[in-house]
Amino acid sequence: MEAELKGLMKDLEALKRAIPDQSHQDSISKMQWRADQLVDLANSAPSRRSKVKDMSAEVVDSNPYSRLMALQRMGIVENYERIREFSVAIVGIGGVGSVAAEMLTRCGIGRLLLYDYDTVGMTKTDAAVQTLADINPDVVLESYTLNITTVEGFETFMASLTNKNFSTSKSGSGVDLVLSCVDNYEARMVVNQACNELNQTWMESGVSEDAVSGHIQLLVPGETACFACAPPLVVASGVDERTLKREGVCAASLPTTMGYNALKDYFPTMEMKPNPQCSNSACLERQKEFALAKPARDAIAKAKMEAEASSLAQCPVHEDNEWNISVVADSDVESPAVHGSSGVLPAGLVHELPSADEFPSSLATEEASTSVEDLEELRRQLEALNAD
Amino acid sequence: MEGWDPNTKSTLTKIPLLTTKAGPRDGAAWTQRLKEEYKSLIAYTGMNKSNDNDWFRISAANPEGTRWTGKCWYVHNLLKYEFDLQFDIPVTYPATAPELELPELDGKTHKMYRGGKICLTVHFKPLWAKNCPRFGIAHALCLGLAPWLAAEVPILVDSGMIKHKDAATASS
Repeated sequence: MEAELKGLMKDLEALKRAIPDQSHQDSISKMQWRADQLVDLANSAPSRRSKVKDMSAEVVDSNPYSRLMALQRMGIVENYERIREFSVAIVGIGGVGSVAAEMLTRCGIGRLLLYDYDTVGMTKTDAAVQTLADINPDVVLESYTLNITTVEGFETFMASLTNKNFSTSKSGSGVDLVLSCVDNYEARMVVNQACNELNQTWMESGVSEDAVSGHIQLLVPGETACFACAPPLVVASGVDERTLKREGVCAASLPTTMGYNALKDYFPTMEMKPNPQCSNSACLERQKEFALAKPARDAIAKAKMEAEASSLAQCPVHEDNEWNISVVADSDVESPAVHGSSGVLPAGLVHELPSADEFPSSLATEEASTSVEDLEELRRQLEALNAD
Repeated sequence: MEGWDPNTKSTLTKIPLLTTKAGPRDGAAWTQRLKEEYKSLIAYTGMNKSNDNDWFRISAANPEGTRWTGKCWYVHNLLKYEFDLQFDIPVTYPATAPELELPELDGKTHKMYRGGKICLTVHFKPLWAKNCPRFGIAHALCLGLAPWLAAEVPILVDSGMIKHKDAATASS
C-alpha cells in the first residue's frame, strides 16, 4: 500500500507539471491533499504484533499477557500458560460463536477450530480467522467452511476433531472442548452425535428469538443428559414462548430456552441425568462406560475427602465461633434434579417436540418383506414415474 | 394432526410407512431404509398422478441416496409456478428431518432459512419427531413442502416477489 501511495503522489506531481493550465491546478492540488491524508491514515493503521514465544508476567507495554499471567500470582490459576496446550472447536461463527472465539483468542488459547458454512461477503470462518489473527497471532486458527449435517461435512468434522497433530501427547480426541454455537436443532443433533461417538465434553448454547433469554448446557457423554436424551424444552416463565412468535417471521430456528431470562435476571440451573432409554446408541454406550467406571470414581472421591478431612483436622480454620456462623450445604436450597428419563417435568415446562410414539407391532408386519426387492429396480420404478 | 385438511389426512394414510431406523452412516441398514424410501415415494407419486394431483419430481442425485434433487410446482390462479427442489439426508436422519431447499426462492420470503431451506419448525417438525422412524421423504414432501407451497406461493405471487415464467418473458 505504501508503494502504491508513493506512486500516486509522483503521478500527481508529474500531472501538475504537465498541465500548466491554472483551472486544472486547483483540482490537482486537491487530489494531492487527499493523497496526503491517505498516507497519514496508512501510517497510523495498527500493525500486527509479532508472535510471543513464552508468556511472561512482566508488566511492560510490549507484553500482551501480563494481566492474564497475573492471575497466577493471585492464585486464581496454577499455570496460566497451559492455556496454550488447549484446543477448542467452535461450531457456528455467528452471534455466539464469534464472541466466544474472540474471548478465547484474547485469552491466548492454543488452537481454535472454526466451523460454519455461511458467508458474509467471504466465508464466515475465513473472516473470523482474519480478525482473530489480528487480535492475537499466537493462536493457531483452523477454518472449516462446511455443513456438518451432510455426510461429507460430517466426515471432515469428525476427522478434524480427531486430528492430534497439535498436541500428540493428549489422550481422547484432538480437542479439549467443543462449543455448539449453532442456530438450529439439526446442527445441535449433529454436534451431539459427534461428541457422543468421540466421548467429547461439549457445551451447548442458544439465544431466544427475541434475544432476551438463552441457555447454556454442559454435556459430558455418559455422565449428563445428551442432547437427544431430553428433547428441547420450553420454559414458560410467565409466557409460553410460542406466544412470542410473530406473524410473517419464521418461527425461531433456535430451540427453546431453558436458562437465563434477561428481562427478569433469572438464571435457573438444573442437572440432567442421562436417559437410559435415549434414542442415541452412542449415548447409551457412554452411559454404560460411565456406570462401569463408578468404583474407580468412588475411590478417587473417597481419597480426596479423606485428604481434605485430615488437612482440616490438622488446623481448625477458626478457633472460636462467637457469632455461631455455620456453612450450609448448597443442596439444601437447590431445586430437585430433573431426570430426562422420568418424563415428569417441573411445573411450567413442556416438551416442544413430542417423543416418538410406541411403534405399533401390527404395522411392522404389514410393511415387512421389502428386502426382497432390489434397490436398482426401485430406483427405475421411481424414474419411470418421474419420466411422464 | 388436528387442523390438517381431510384431503391431506387421507393421502397421508395411504403413503406406506417406513420401519428401518437408519441413517446414511449405517451401512446395510441404510440400504434397507433407502428401499423403503423408494417404495413410499413410488406409492405417493403414483397416487398423486392417479388423483390428478401430480406436483413434484424427485430423484437421488448420488448412488448413496444422500442427496436428492428435482422439481416441485404449485398452481395459483390457473398458472403453474415451478421451482427447483433439493435436499441432503442429514447424518442424524431419521432423528432429524431432511431440510427441504428451494434455492430459487432464497431471500424472497421470511419463511425460509439460509440457502432456501423452507421453514418447517411449527407445522412439520413436531409431526416428524412424533412419527420417527415411520415418516420418510414422501411424508416430508406431503406434510412439509406441500402445505408450505400452498401457503407461500400465493403470497409470493400476489406481492410480486415471483413472476410467472410466461409473464417474465412477455415483459422483457
